[in-house]
Amino acid sequence: MSTAISHAEEVHTHAHDHEHEHHEPNFIQKYIFSEDHKTIAKQYLIMGILWAFVGGSLSIMFRLQLGFPDMQLEWLRPILGSWIDESGKIDKEFYLALVTMHGTIMVFFVLTAGLSGTFSNFLIPLQIGARDMASGFINMLSFWFFFLSSAIMFSSLFIETGPASGGWVIYPPLSALPQAMPGSGLGMTLWLTSMAFFIVSSLMGGINYICTIINLRTRGMTFTKMPLTIWSFFFTAILGLLSFPVLLSAALLLIFDRSFGTSFYLSEIYIQGQALPNVGGSAILYQHLFWFLGHPEVYIVLLPALGMTSEIIATNARKPIFGYRAMIGSLMGITVLAFIVWAHHMFVTGMNPFLGSVFMFLTLIIAVPSAVKAFNYITTLWKGNLIFTPAMLFSIGLVSLFISGGVTGIILGNSALDINLHDTYFVVAHFHLVMGSASFFGLMAGVYHWFPKMFGRMMNSTLGYIHFWATFVGVYAVFFPMHYTGIAGFPRRYYSFTALGNDGQNAFTDLNQFITVAAILTFSSQAIFFFNFVYSIFKGKKATENPWNSNTLEWTTPVNPGHGNWPGEIPAVYRWPYDYSKPGAESDFIPQHIPFSATPESNLPEENEEIAKEKAIESLLAAQNESYNR
Amino acid sequence: MNYLIGLLSIVFFILAISVIVKSMKINKNLSEAEDPNSAADSSNNINAYGMLAFWFFGTVAGVWSFNASAPDFLPEAASAHGVTTDKMFWISMSVVTLAFFITNTLLLFFAYRYRYSKNRKATFYPVNHKLELIWTVIPAVVMAILVFSGWRTWRDITSQAPSDAVVIEITGHQFGWYVRYAGNDDNQLGNYNYKLIDETNNIGIDFTDKNSFDDFTATELHLPKGKPVLLKIHAQDVLHSVYLPFHRVKMDAVPGMPTKFWFTPTISTDEMRAKLGKKDFNFKLNCTEVCGRGHFGMAITVFVDEPADYKKWCAEQKPFLATNPAYLAKVPENLKAKAAKYIPAEPISVDSTATEAVSVN
Ligand code: HEM
Ligand SMILES: [Cu+2]
Ligand SMILES: [Cu+2]
Repeated sequence: MSTAISHAEEVHTHAHDHEHEHHEPNFIQKYIFSEDHKTIAKQYLIMGILWAFVGGSLSIMFRLQLGFPDMQLEWLRPILGSWIDESGKIDKEFYLALVTMHGTIMVFFVLTAGLSGTFSNFLIPLQIGARDMASGFINMLSFWFFFLSSAIMFSSLFIETGPASGGWVIYPPLSALPQAMPGSGLGMTLWLTSMAFFIVSSLMGGINYICTIINLRTRGMTFTKMPLTIWSFFFTAILGLLSFPVLLSAALLLIFDRSFGTSFYLSEIYIQGQALPNVGGSAILYQHLFWFLGHPEVYIVLLPALGMTSEIIATNARKPIFGYRAMIGSLMGITVLAFIVWAHHMFVTGMNPFLGSVFMFLTLIIAVPSAVKAFNYITTLWKGNLIFTPAMLFSIGLVSLFISGGVTGIILGNSALDINLHDTYFVVAHFHLVMGSASFFGLMAGVYHWFPKMFGRMMNSTLGYIHFWATFVGVYAVFFPMHYTGIAGFPRRYYSFTALGNDGQNAFTDLNQFITVAAILTFSSQAIFFFNFVYSIFKGKKATENPWNSNTLEWTTPVNPGHGNWPGEIPAVYRWPYDYSKPGAESDFIPQHIPFSATPESNLPEENEEIAKEKAIESLLAAQNESYNR
Repeated sequence: MNYLIGLLSIVFFILAISVIVKSMKINKNLSEAEDPNSAADSSNNINAYGMLAFWFFGTVAGVWSFNASAPDFLPEAASAHGVTTDKMFWISMSVVTLAFFITNTLLLFFAYRYRYSKNRKATFYPVNHKLELIWTVIPAVVMAILVFSGWRTWRDITSQAPSDAVVIEITGHQFGWYVRYAGNDDNQLGNYNYKLIDETNNIGIDFTDKNSFDDFTATELHLPKGKPVLLKIHAQDVLHSVYLPFHRVKMDAVPGMPTKFWFTPTISTDEMRAKLGKKDFNFKLNCTEVCGRGHFGMAITVFVDEPADYKKWCAEQKPFLATNPAYLAKVPENLKAKAAKYIPAEPISVDSTATEAVSVN
């Protein structure tokens, strides 16, 4: 024990050395320009939650138009001004702006920044046993670039010509030509600027996550002892690091085309009585570049959710995750394959049909690791002893949504079937279940699960249960029926369905009303969460160090971990994170920092051999401390 | 409808009430009710039963809503390849629905069955390679079969159009479609150039190409039943996408990059009307790539005619040059004579001998 204390002192003095003349961090250093990964994580989380409410409200507005096309929306005029047209309905161009901003906000600002930004930051150092990120400064910059990007994107909602309106994929020429629609003017410029900063932010974050995981693992934390959360953050960061730069170049070329008269994407265009001089560009090139990010992006959004779910399900099933190595393997498989399936979004763009065949084969291969993951989750529940915390409920919900949305990927990945389904509501149903809802559930699960470590208090679980059931029933009610309109050939991004002919607009009026009502109820029930979240930060029941009896390292920190995370030495790691309900063990969980020599009653034969290595692990302490003192 | 909304509200309402009641109980005996060694509280069983209830009501709602929606699905495919892809769609759909149902059932049922109990301990079951192998191989095999049949169909659909296919050009613009036919004489579309577009010649037909002379334009799409049709697709300003939902045809229209799609319509408009019992039924061509304000309304009507009717309709159409003789000025000198044939100097329309004479070359 005395060594631990002396070490704590050592760290303390050292911290002072390090900061030279600096005093205790003042308010600004502590809460605003903080370099502490935990504070940065909370900043991301709060931004993510705020964005989610913005993105959600936009969707409610356009759902009103779809569900109740005759409804008078005069009452929205105080907020929307002239975006409500003379007849008291949403303006047709503004409808597209709503759809575009909804998609952009949800995909990038909520589910990329809000999810990865929060949990990669919060959990990587805590779960691998590090005092902070590899570079606290870059980490701080990463958040503030995100903030800048957010501010720009948010401001674009209020300009007179409206925000970007060409869909979240902003395909040129529509997005390149201001004369094509008002949203392609200043709104698009702001969109591109904002996304450029967003990409910078994500790259800084990603580099940090990767470096931290590779370099700062505590002694004994080999790669094969890392929790699946960390594995998933690791692969997510790699995906982002390799694909976001491609989006940046796509955006840059678009900026050139818009502002400097180049023709990367433009060719033979006649618009508004004018033939433009651009020739030789390719609109399809943009789509290739976009989806080279776009497809990995869907996994950037989903993998962290899957990783956290693995952790939460194992903890609350009181059972090891089934097939730990297979889980890592499928994460790895998904990561690699995610880079070579992008053109399945482009089967009917006129690209060479042979390419279509190749991408169909590759796409359907990616379904295999996805399926393996689903089976492994289900088997983890089998013969468990399940505790339904709100986090556990959201994790089970995630698995269900992941399956329900994933199976239709097999249909869409078949290029012959995609001919009819592409750009219909079938696709909308597919990705809202598998990516939108599943990742959102992961985000919620993560918040409920790690809230005690973030804020030192517990969230109210009863409100959590209500929130879960309302959301679970809600998202199925909203997105499942969209398969039907998709099969009926209803295209997406349609203001109304009058031009389908043959009474098409009357075919699904009931269903569309139902979806809209369900969406409003589901959205409203998020208020329960918001209340619970804010209330619990200040008034929640005080948490204990390890409220869920979990094995990973973050639960060995104090209730309110300070700067540096562990007041004393960072614990060493001797075992994998999933020793739950081990036969012979007294307690139903054995945390990662408990050596095998302390648990002879429950060791498996091969684990007894590990005892010999404990000395070696211990002896790394000095080197580990040294690395922080450099 | 209102009953549905009512139903939904009730579900939410009941959920809310039941859990609130429960929570009040918990608050009363907070400390005694809970097992100090575990985070499971007295709502654990409720949540477990919730999983079962979700499974049950979800299944009922799924089956009911499918049946209620099915009458509004697209009717039987009106094209040769559409029949194949529809069949494949429903087969694939059955396979994935089965997988969806089984896995969700296991998930929800396990959640219920293995809910927390003080008297039980979870089974330490970290891995089973055989099991993992099985459930890697099964989806892989199923997938391989689906992909393989999908690939064969895709290959056939995207193969070269037969040489006798009727060629029709569709040009998308904000916000409508121009249709141009290859003409009654040569079944060859003339060139076009976006720089030649003007108020009248809104497709930009190039009259230095002799194939243009007999081309005619229309505001509707007429197709011959039972004949292969090759759509040549352009866009003038931004991306659009040609979608014929009843024919299961979709292909983007890209400025600067011509695309194409060929297919064979198999059911005439009249036959479809009879089949559906809707006297005013019409096939449609819609846009499925967002293109701006009027995107949702960018549609034209499609008529599938019996081959004889189609011929007749074509014969009634006048070449663009005939209705707009001013464009003769754009024809180069050496072709003037040929083009002049289409100009109604004497108001006789193209006669059959002329047709034959031209189609020789
Ligand atoms: C079983 C594996 C999957 C397959 C085979 C698959 C296949 C596809 C295909 C072919 C499309 C294009 C459909 C179209 O536009 O016509 C698509 C769209 C999409 N998928 Fe998946 N998918 C799978 C899993 C996922 C996952 C796990 C996510 C997200 C985490 C996801 C998110 C999306 C999104 C966002 C789109 C739509 C993008 C847009 O057009 O706006 N998919 N998927
Ligand atoms: Cu994709
Ligand atoms: Cu359009």
